[in-house]
This record gives sequence, structure tokens and C-alpha cells, in this order.
Amino acid sequence: MLTRLREGTPDAAREGRAESAAAAPDAVGAPVHVRDVGHSFGELRAIERIDLEIEPGEVVGIVGPSGCGKTTLLELVAGLRSSDSGTVSVGGKKAEDERLARCAYMPQRDLLLPWLSALDNAALALRIAGVPRHEARARAGEHFARLGLEGFENTRPDELSGGMRQRVAFLRTLMAGRPVLLLDEPFASLDAITRAEMQSWLARVLDPDRHTVLLVTHDVEEALYLSDRVLVLSSRPARVADRIEIGATRAPDRAAAVTASEFTALKERALRSLAEGAR
Amino acid sequence: MSAARRYLAPLAVILVLLGAWEMAARWDWISNALNVEDFLIPAPSDIAISLWEDRSLMLSDGWVTLQEVLLGFAIAAAAGVAFALMIHLSETARRAVYPLLVASQTIPIVILAPILVVWFGFGLTPKLVIVALICFFPITVNMLDGLRSVDPDLTKMMRSLGAGRLQRLWRAELPASLPYAFSGARVAITVSVIGAVFAEYVGSSEGLGHLINQSQAQLLTARSFAAVVILSAMAIALFGLVSLIERRLVSWDSRGVTRA
Repeated sequence: MLTRLREGTPDAAREGRAESAAAAPDAVGAPVHVRDVGHSFGELRAIERIDLEIEPGEVVGIVGPSGCGKTTLLELVAGLRSSDSGTVSVGGKKAEDERLARCAYMPQRDLLLPWLSALDNAALALRIAGVPRHEARARAGEHFARLGLEGFENTRPDELSGGMRQRVAFLRTLMAGRPVLLLDEPFASLDAITRAEMQSWLARVLDPDRHTVLLVTHDVEEALYLSDRVLVLSSRPARVADRIEIGATRAPDRAAAVTASEFTALKERALRSLAEGAR
Repeated sequence: MSAARRYLAPLAVILVLLGAWEMAARWDWISNALNVEDFLIPAPSDIAISLWEDRSLMLSDGWVTLQEVLLGFAIAAAAGVAFALMIHLSETARRAVYPLLVASQTIPIVILAPILVVWFGFGLTPKLVIVALICFFPITVNMLDGLRSVDPDLTKMMRSLGAGRLQRLWRAELPASLPYAFSGARVAITVSVIGAVFAEYVGSSEGLGHLINQSQAQLLTARSFAAVVILSAMAIALFGLVSLIERRLVSWDSRGVTRA
């Protein structure tokens, strides 16, 4: 496990962790191994030989140009697709249904069901698992206050703001109780200010002791801020153009974190790798 | 806008049209222009009088037609939903059944109806067959569109949360298909009235279609027009009823519309 404490912010970081430890349903991070994986759609080569080892509880960001196969990589890990070559394992299991059972995939758009309240949307995974409605609601409802959703339990999605919808979608993903979270550009649809708020929020909520997280984004800053490690992918067919280790904690003060000199140095490196990989 | 003002414009148009018709009929403009007997052109007031005087006839025949419509529509709704689900869940069923469903809509009812009367007699059965035959199709097609309207990403998300085929159907596809199915149902309930009347017209001893048929044979044009008024009122009421049920069941979709 990486040391995740940055000078001047240990208290805040601990607070964030305590808060999310209570927020996360029972799940223990599982390792994710991607070995020599390639994938094609017909003639189109989407992914070319990617290797990726993620330790339990690690947050790995994946950035790359649009259409480079980032989403395909997530779907492969999630068990929603099988790869043409190479192996993917989650928690040591390679079979698709075993991966499906260990991962919770959060697509780019919130995709909340418009006929369900925020609470019922958040409880969806529990209902699918056969938990009775009353109990599912109670269990999902426990987390509403922590996610800043208190009082909106019975609100329909079309009456929630974009940031709130995204938080409900995140809680829905969390409530699946899976050790691995696969987040596909979770904040891409939000405006810049809300996105920054949501990133600080996620930094507080992500629980390194519990969830292994794979975060796909096209926003280098978001990836560097939220991850322990960032993979820069090249344009299609996707290869790993760079691997960047971030040896610092996710500071709750996002504005300070993303303007720190070491952060900007990493950002420059990531942007250069991205530009080279796009060639 | 207040209710009074909202209904003012359509009401005024109807009143002007009725007034013009009344005058044209009263003063024999139409019958002279068409060169027909003046009793063949009933004025709106004649129709109103017939509605009142023949009210027991209208009521009993209207009830017969309403039963045919409701029963036929219920059969159509059940068949429509069943076909939509079957086609949605099985690619084989889609290829096997869909062309037949489309073909069923090309059967000329004019030719089918007398044959049904020969087979099933003057009773309820041929009416139900005709009503169901023309009603199930808009329900099936619309509901199928609704079932298939679910976002592929939503399907992936549901799969990732552990939902199998039936869970996805129950929790995502069926609710998503409801507004579509109701669009089909509104079309279906409207044409169902025409279907029932036509079926009665071809062979029946009761119902509004039978009444119209008889009245025309006896040159009681006011009475046949009065029966048409009852039919229209029935269609509008049924349409309103379906819309009402839809608003109750599909609050998330119609809300934007009804809020305005």
C-alpha cells in the first residue's frame, strides 16, 4: 500500500477516509491483472497488448485520446466483454461471470431510471440481488447524508442537478458491494465547476482500504488528482504510452493540490506522453 | 390559461359550424344543391331531438357496442403485449412471427368480416375478432419499440450490477416500454370503435352499427347521425380514459407535458 499522506493534510485525509469507510458497503479491494490483452472489433484493432497490475485498494487512472479503447478496456475488466488475446483476472478469477461478480461498472452517463426515486435508483443493485424493497431502501438511505443527498431520497432523477445525479449513480455503483469499481469518465458530462467539486468529493469518498478503482477519463488533471497511478494510453490501437506513479495522497483541498509544483510537473509529463501517444 | 378561455375557441368553432349547418339544412340549401329530398338532410336540432327521443335505443345499442370495444381491446392489449415480449426476447420469434403480424394488417376487413359472420354467427365472437385484429398491431409495434429503446449502456450497467435477462426486462425494459405501449393503446382504442361498428354493420342484430344500418334503410337519417354522435362521444371518452390511466402509470414521462 502506498503512503498516501501529504504534508499539511493528514487530518483531513483521515477524516475523508473515516467518512468513506462508513459509506462503503462491505467489500474488500481485489487485485486486477491485465496481461498482454488485445482486442479487435472486426478489422478495427481497439487495444494492442496492454499489461496492467493493480493492487487491492489501488486507484488507477487511465487517460488517452478519444476513441482509443479506454471504455473497451473497462468492459474487458468488468467481464462485459471477452478479450481476443491475453488474460484478465479480477481477484485471481479469469472467467467472465467471476469478473462480473467482482466489478461494478459505472458508465459515463448517470443512466438513472427516470421512474425510480433517487433512493430506489441507489438501491437498484440490492433489489437486483433480491434484497426486499424495505431493507434495500434502508441500506441505501444510510449513505444519503454522507453523499450530500439528504432530503432528496424521494426525488425523481429529472429534478436532481447533474452533480447530484452523478452522486446517486456513484452510490448505486457502491451499493453493489463489489471490491472493484470501474468508473468510465464519471464526471465528463458535468460543467467545469461541478466537475471540480465532484473530484474533491470523490477523493474523500474513495476508500483505498476497500475498493480497487479503475478510473477512465480524458481529463489528465482529474486522473492525476484522484489516482495512485496513471496509465497514459496511445491512440488506437491502444498501447501503454506512459505509466506515472503519484506518491502522494488525494488532498481534500483540490485547488491547492492541482496547483502544487510536483503536480504540475506530473501534469506536464502526462500531457507530453499523451501528445506523443496520439501521434 | 383558464379552463373557460381554453375551451372558448374550439367551442366557438363548433357552434359556428353547427349554426351554419342548421341554417343550411332548415332552409333546404343542401338538399336543393344536391337535388335530394329534404328529409335526407337532418339539421343538428333534428339529431338532438332524435338523441333524446331514441335514448333508450341509443343506450341499449351503445352498451352492446361498448362491450364489444372493451372486450376486443382487452384481448388486443393482452395479445399485443404478449407478441411484443415474445419478439423482443427471441430473435427466432422475431423472424418467425413479425412478418405474419404485418401481413395480418393487410387482410381487408371488408372481406374478412362477412366470412367471420358465416363462421361464428351474429353473436359477439366475430366483433371481438375484428376489434382485436385491428387493435393489437399498434400496441405490439409501439411496445416493441419501447422495449428496444433501452440504452445499450444501461444494459451494460444493469449486467454489471448483476441483472440477468429477466431482471433487465422487469426493471428496465418493461417500464421503459410503458409510454410507448400507451401511445399504441391510444391509437388502438380509437380505431376499436370503428372496428366494432363495422363488424356490426356486416352482420348483427344489435349495437350502434346495426342501428345505423337499420336507420339508413328506413331513411331515418337523423337517427343514424345521432348514433354517430354517440360513437364519437364513446371514442373520445375511451381515449380520455386511456390517457388518464397512462398519466397515473407513467408519471415520469408525461409529467413534463402535463405540467405546462
